[in-house]
Amino acid sequence: MNLKNILTEIEKVDPEVYERMDTRRNSMKRFAFAGKVLAAAAIPFAFGGMFKKAYGQSTGEIVDVLNFALTLEYLEAEFYKQAVASAAVGTASAADKAALTLIRDHEIAHVAFLRAAIMPIGTPVSFTANDFDFSGGNGSGTGPFATAFVNYDLLLAVAQVFEDTGVRAYKGQAANLMSNNDVLTAALRIHSVEARHAAKIRYMRKNKPSALVTGNIQPWIIGKMSNIEAGAANAAIQPSYDGEEITTQATVDIVGIGGTAVTAEDASGAFDEPLTKAQVLAIVDPFIK
Amino acid sequence: MLTKYPFENKAEELNEKIIAGLSRRKFLGYAGAATGLVAFATACDKNDNDMNREGVDLGSGDFGILNYAYALEQLEAAFYTKVLETPYSGITAMETSFMADIRDHEIAHREFFKAALGSNAIQALEVNFESINFSSRASVLGTAKAFEDLGVSAYNGAGKLLADPVFLGLAGKIVSVEARHAALIRELLDTSGTAFANAEVVDAMGLDVSRMPSEVLQIASAFLKTKINASNLPTS
Repeated sequence: MNLKNILTEIEKVDPEVYERMDTRRNSMKRFAFAGKVLAAAAIPFAFGGMFKKAYGQSTGEIVDVLNFALTLEYLEAEFYKQAVASAAVGTASAADKAALTLIRDHEIAHVAFLRAAIMPIGTPVSFTANDFDFSGGNGSGTGPFATAFVNYDLLLAVAQVFEDTGVRAYKGQAANLMSNNDVLTAALRIHSVEARHAAKIRYMRKNKPSALVTGNIQPWIIGKMSNIEAGAANAAIQPSYDGEEITTQATVDIVGIGGTAVTAEDASGAFDEPLTKAQVLAIVDPFIK
Repeated sequence: MLTKYPFENKAEELNEKIIAGLSRRKFLGYAGAATGLVAFATACDKNDNDMNREGVDLGSGDFGILNYAYALEQLEAAFYTKVLETPYSGITAMETSFMADIRDHEIAHREFFKAALGSNAIQALEVNFESINFSSRASVLGTAKAFEDLGVSAYNGAGKLLADPVFLGLAGKIVSVEARHAALIRELLDTSGTAFANAEVVDAMGLDVSRMPSEVLQIASAFLKTKINASNLPTS
């Protein structure tokens, strides 16, 4: 539905809508003009701010959700910045380096996008590299992932956990963004990019067998398997996968559904599961000083 | 800059006048749709009229959107079923394993929607795969790539059309798996390292593609003998 249709709908309820809004022609012109300016400036939700003021839409929860997402994007962006420059990735193939560089650039773009989205309606959180401890040691620098930037296999394992967790985090917030179609759609469009990243990292791990890669790792999550064997770090990893094993959706049992041969592995792999904000924050807490 | 536009103040007056005639929920929907104009400032209003009003009616409201998803999952499931029945020449064991997993995911999605929709479900659709050469790896994987990317964009675009948060949650559980499929298929076709999320599908702001049902169904119709009538779907 475009603006003309919206106004037509409003007109059905309020025949004088155009008089109230200036003439139809002028309203349309102003909208079209503002839209072009905003698109050119890549300010995602300035219009959202306008409508917030116009219609009193509450934005507190939306700002909270976007700042939560922004926190995760900062974590990922800083991780990949350091990763791409690390000794570990220095040992990787050219194709792997290209992949990690692209993912880094996406995460940096997500940070910029979310900051721009929050600006008109609230205050974005800010983080720098110094705010993170990618050893997972809560600031000690000696956590279970301390060697990730010199051990490529461990680096990929951490990347997988961040991506799979990111997918689950966005998924868990979708319903909290339903009052704003633009914000919801943007979040969904980031969500699927994170899923593409997750699949790629998993595929990279599949193609680079090591002691850290366990089981038949696939681009999708089977059961609640991390497919990571990282010793002392396993305990920190598993919460990112717990709950993925379910095979019933909206009370519908997916195993053997409709007389098909769908197995429990297929049924769990076919659906990714959400995490709550609290669950995600607990997972990333060791990485934030 | 925006505060200079008189519309903003006028809109505040307008708001008080029309709330009586529109539910607040729906009205906020209109506001959200209008914000979408940032990207579509010059969109025309013919889309609704251009939709095919003949053929299988997807229905309206959330069930309409779920039927829309059901139609796409039927298409994908039928495609991968055929891929496994008539594997392309040179298919590797690993590729066969991937294709079987993806097929079973799509079948799970299809059957889930069928079960969830119950008596509201549309019929089984007849597919048209004449343009696909199932003995050719490039043709099969090229089609798979198109289907998966289309599916991701379809779910991304349909999220805002759903009113029930439970349905939105379910669509979210499926779309990320479609995105995982898309990423893998792209990697099978192109080993340069960046195919999984290159600029064909992710823009400079790091956002994946989003398409409205009219656009998706126009693309999908090339692979369907059954005509789809999407004219009753929600548009915002």
